[in-house]
Amino acid sequence: MTQLALIIDLNVCVGCSACVTSCKEWNTSGEAGPMTDFNAFGKDPTGTFFNRVQTFEVGEYPDTETIHFPKSCLHCEEPPCVPVCPTGASYKRAEDGIVLVDYDKCVGCKYCSWACPYGAREIDESQKVMKKCTLCVDRIYDTSLPEDRRKPACVLACPTSARIFGDVHDENSEASRLIREEGGYQLMPEWGTKPANHYLPRKKQKINLESNDLKRVDNPLKGENFTKPGADDATLEDASWI
Amino acid sequence: MHPAFSVIFLTTLLGVGQGMFIALVFVQLLTTAGIVQTELTPEFFAYGTGVVLVFVGLALFASFFHLGHPERAMRTVTQWKTSWLSREVIALPAFGVGALLYGVIHFFSWDFILLETEDMLVQFSLVIGLLGIGLSITLWICTGMIYACIKFLQEWATPLTVVNFIMLGMASGYTAATVYASFVKPEMVQFFAWSAILFTVLAAITRISALIRNLRIKPKSTPTTAIGIRHKKIVQKSQGAMGGSYNTREYFHGKSDGFISLIKWGFLVLTFVVPVIFLILGMAETAMIALIIAAAVQYVGLLAERWYFFADSNHPQNIYYQGV
Repeated sequence: MTQLALIIDLNVCVGCSACVTSCKEWNTSGEAGPMTDFNAFGKDPTGTFFNRVQTFEVGEYPDTETIHFPKSCLHCEEPPCVPVCPTGASYKRAEDGIVLVDYDKCVGCKYCSWACPYGAREIDESQKVMKKCTLCVDRIYDTSLPEDRRKPACVLACPTSARIFGDVHDENSEASRLIREEGGYQLMPEWGTKPANHYLPRKKQKINLESNDLKRVDNPLKGENFTKPGADDATLEDASWI
Repeated sequence: MHPAFSVIFLTTLLGVGQGMFIALVFVQLLTTAGIVQTELTPEFFAYGTGVVLVFVGLALFASFFHLGHPERAMRTVTQWKTSWLSREVIALPAFGVGALLYGVIHFFSWDFILLETEDMLVQFSLVIGLLGIGLSITLWICTGMIYACIKFLQEWATPLTVVNFIMLGMASGYTAATVYASFVKPEMVQFFAWSAILFTVLAAITRISALIRNLRIKPKSTPTTAIGIRHKKIVQKSQGAMGGSYNTREYFHGKSDGFISLIKWGFLVLTFVVPVIFLILGMAETAMIALIIAAAVQYVGLLAERWYFFADSNHPQNIYYQGV
């Protein structure tokens, strides 16, 4: 079974929101209709987005860290939003595990959004239907596109490759390898929703330095300080005096 | 959660209708069994059921305001295997048809004796009525489970949610039946009013139990589980929108703690305390006006109760929407 998903690398996300604008541009231009904005240039701008980048500050000054946190539908393997839908508009595709909304069946009751602990669904105020990330289902299978472009718009837009698209059920995929080797984790595991999207943790780059890495005790370049060891001081490590 | 008035009116009006229907059928059962001796005419049941149907109709009307696409409402019956909302959509008209049938049988005097024993005559309408009671309880379970089945809305995910929908509906239904009886059959006011008081007290016990339970809730989701970073101090600096979004409008009530507290104490007084006082007053004097006040105040209390029910629940998605 295939389960397409995104792996989001918090280690390299810089919070530029290129994924947000790219997602909006692609998905508002598609056949499914626009993701309408209201008061786009007014006082309280609002609109429908499939993907947003949030920012969190962790820790207390001065020991703080800024986390840029992109959030879109996680395409759960046990999606709580699907069984609650009264019309069957909300469904999970068997062939690739993408959770989708059929806009022609959606009655706009909002119940699925209540049943999503992640707040991944938003109602479109002009179409009056529930919308969410489609993993660019209208892109990834489009054979008219070059093969390397058949990826979600957000993935293609990311300048730091913080978004990796792949099949998390194929253990040989790059996505699976990253989850396995880089400690990929799921959001709110306590609800048993098994999100397909995973996040890679931030890692501090560290070098372990010993004091002798900084000041070598037997620096061969400093020949003037070299004193010939005594007979009992022979060392096998540095035989240059022979 | 942000309370939606369409759902508040839907659930409260339905509750009154369902409770009143049960009150009517139950009194027919008691007269059949000879426990209540008052002679009740078919008109009493027919017009009473008419009132029930008015409540159900108003509830159905209110429900459509909750839908973005009401014209697709028929589709909502399809997912009854998994969705409690779909089950409610089936149970609601089923109850309505049951009640209508019960009323029609009485109105056109189509009733006949189904079973005759030594000391009682079981009428066909009573069987239909009992089926209607079954449908009414089914509908309450469906309505309650819509909320109780969402496990991460911890304030709702308890059997008390379903119990409260039933008890509050019974209380308000019996109060409505008391008012109805005061118009058409004043002899029955005592019976209905005492029943209304009983159910109001029971509803107060179960609703306050839920309030106490909810005080002790420890949220399972925290900022740490939400973003997966292990630290006690996580502060949101931006949420991806500055002018608000669906996520900030739908899941936050946007009212002050003082207002929430006012609504809580308000509904406790208006739903439980005031109606009991006016029911007792109305009973003592058989004063119709006191009974009408009891029912009206209780209904206003129920609106506040339902508003509080929604506002009190804290959705885990709110962790992602703490600050701009």
